[in-house]
Amino acid sequence: MHELSLASAIVDTVERHAEGRPVRAISLRVGALRQVVPESLEFYVEIVGRDTVCEGARLELEVVPALLACCGVEWEPPSFRCPRCGGGGKVVAGDEFMVESIDVGGRSTEPNRPKEDAACIART
Amino acid sequence: MHRTYVKVLEDVLDANGTIAAANRADFDRADVTAVNLMSAPGAGKTTLLERSLRWLEGVRVGVLEGDVASTLDADRIAHLHVPVVQIDTDPGFGGECHLDANMVRSALPSLPLDELDLLVIENVGNLVCPAEFRVGEHHRVMVSSVAEGEDKPLKYPLMFRACELVLVNKIDLLPHLDFDLDRYLQNLDAVHPGVERLLVSAKTGEGVEAWREWLVRAATREAVPA
Repeated sequence: MHELSLASAIVDTVERHAEGRPVRAISLRVGALRQVVPESLEFYVEIVGRDTVCEGARLELEVVPALLACCGVEWEPPSFRCPRCGGGGKVVAGDEFMVESIDVGGRSTEPNRPKEDAACIART
Repeated sequence: MHRTYVKVLEDVLDANGTIAAANRADFDRADVTAVNLMSAPGAGKTTLLERSLRWLEGVRVGVLEGDVASTLDADRIAHLHVPVVQIDTDPGFGGECHLDANMVRSALPSLPLDELDLLVIENVGNLVCPAEFRVGEHHRVMVSSVAEGEDKPLKYPLMFRACELVLVNKIDLLPHLDFDLDRYLQNLDAVHPGVERLLVSAKTGEGVEAWREWLVRAATREAVPA
């Protein structure tokens, strides 16, 4: 369910930047701390994106590993507690959830056309 | 095939954040402290509010109830004779499993903000999504009941890290459960070191006074870190 809400937010964001052009790919940076299941997110973007510029768009998802820092040391979760002072570490990476870019180039109106088809059409 | 990239570099939740900021500005204009109360379903949010909002000394309270369907919780809160507005996410919001800033915004005209000091926003019961969506609140508090098991902080770090106060509820059940409170608190400290916590029982009232005092401090904007 989490991913459904986030998929809607992704599609909204992309629609604002696509200016009506069909989107081939959405490049996304997701921090590991956001607890997102990539397969689930892809599934929901496909569903929420139907009848929008995102229809058939490929999700290029980069998962950023979580990194915490405190007292001059860096470490990875699950513990958020500083190994030196016991306090809460500062999140250096792993919190992001950003649409980095979208690819709006050269796609025909038919979504998800396999490459072979495109090649066939190019030959004819 | 050539590709045309459009740089976006936008946080996915920016749109929600913008509306949340507008809500926050409305709260500040009316001098209302907003508390977003979150938990899993059945953790005891509403019962705790029934216990704690009655006779809250000198503080005028309103409640915004979020649920997927029904007005059951709003009906319970209405018995306290405080202004309450129910947001059901089923009609109009696609049955969302959380409140977002826009849903809260749509409910604000129904609340007498100028006549309130404190607005408690009881979120939809869910341990994941509500942590992602700010609604303009000043404080985020979660209720975590001992019946849910001591591993929950480790399984849902997003939620346990999002809040500044954890109300550990249903402690009256401790003698009947295989729940290791020390281990739970260790798990809590592992994901959110030093987070404020209060042990409470909405059923017996144990510990509820400390939560009421926290609410009064929040409402008067004293000694509660923003």
